[in-house]
Amino acid sequence: MLGDVLSYLTDGANWSGENGIGAFAVQQLLLTVTALLAALVLGLPPALYLGHRRRGGFLAVNVSNVGRAIPVFAVLLVLALGPIGSDEFGPYGRAGLATLIALVLFALPPLITNTYVGITEVDRGAVEAARGMGMSEMKVFTAVELPLATPVIMNGIRLALVQVWATATIAALVAGPGLGRIITRGFANHRTYEVVAGAVLVALGALLLEALAVLAERYADPMRRARRQQARTTTGAVVGGRG
Amino acid sequence: MILLASDVPQCYVDNDWICGRYWSEYRPELVDATIQHLWITVVSVLFGFVLAVPLALLARRSPTLESIVVGGTTIIYTIPSLALFSLLLPFTGLTATTVIIGLALYSLTILVRNVLAGLRGVPDEVRESARGVGYSNTQMLLRIEIPLALPVIMAGLRVATVSTVALATIGAIVSYGGLGNLLLLAVGNQFKAQIFAASILCVGLAVVLDLVIVVAQRLLTPWTRHAR
Repeated sequence: MLGDVLSYLTDGANWSGENGIGAFAVQQLLLTVTALLAALVLGLPPALYLGHRRRGGFLAVNVSNVGRAIPVFAVLLVLALGPIGSDEFGPYGRAGLATLIALVLFALPPLITNTYVGITEVDRGAVEAARGMGMSEMKVFTAVELPLATPVIMNGIRLALVQVWATATIAALVAGPGLGRIITRGFANHRTYEVVAGAVLVALGALLLEALAVLAERYADPMRRARRQQARTTTGAVVGGRG
Repeated sequence: MILLASDVPQCYVDNDWICGRYWSEYRPELVDATIQHLWITVVSVLFGFVLAVPLALLARRSPTLESIVVGGTTIIYTIPSLALFSLLLPFTGLTATTVIIGLALYSLTILVRNVLAGLRGVPDEVRESARGVGYSNTQMLLRIEIPLALPVIMAGLRVATVSTVALATIGAIVSYGGLGNLLLLAVGNQFKAQIFAASILCVGLAVVLDLVIVVAQRLLTPWTRHAR
């Protein structure tokens, strides 16, 4: 079994061509990057603004509860069979547009909730002190709130990334693009080694992205050095969705 | 059975999303799928919970153990569901066990963190007092710590249950996806009424189970109502 999986993964012929591992991997990466960027552009500004004004908390927190309850599979199907359709969409492949929309929809909840919570949980004293020193609202936001909230916001981006990658895999169930196609193809042809090989690729991809995100998180945290001296941080609850 | 053209409801012909005839004609299929969905969800979350409590108790013994447990479960949580079920396939085959193990592992991740957070939230003074009146470690855990941690643990149970309902649909890949099976069938025949019905039932099931846990929590922790 393991030998079959290894020989499948090491056979160059399985990597090349229109339906090869290479093409699907590029497709899935492209989908992931595009969807994450779109979600950042759409989700970050309103969440940052609402967090700064400390308004709309009910909405920002509940959006992630709703996101969790709705099955990715159902949304993909409704989009692909609905008005969006499942036509080829540029480099994103079959049902590319429907998949991209679903990916963005499921990336938004962890992004919005973490960003909002991150900003509102910044110490009120620090914000008031900055205002008292005569900082403008913009300055308070960029110099105090944003740096202090960065770890929580980055955590939201990481959760969104993992969610996007998982959702992109499920797109294959709707005959969409991405690496999940290797898994569904294996099931269709009763080739367990192909199913497992596809699963290994998807899982490794997810772990690699997670590791890169953790590194980016450390690098991007402006308060890193100050925080290092503090006591060990507590284990937070999982805020992200799952696909 | 021969169906005359006039017997076929218009909403099947037009392939409408909302079709009353679908709900009545396919009631047995819908009921069966919902029941399968429900038991797979309940068994998975319970299984996850049974594993999460001892893991959390182990994790709080030392910071090293905590980072191993929390880090390990985070790695599992990172793996997409379709891949996780597929990785279990060689061991458990096309059975409900494949889906249940996968879903239990995901709920485990959520539950371990919440049990740990709940236990950590118990004030030290309360522990000291309990120790002072002669509580043993087990008594302290069962009578003091777990009851006080219950609101946070139940919050984790809600998150785990709701996301398990949604994730169970992916179990359709091994034919044990409850309502997800109906969704996967509809990929081939593009039966919109079926997609709509299965999706609505799935979200409905999540909402109902969430409410059940909220009610259970109110009954189990009557003191939290007055505290607010």
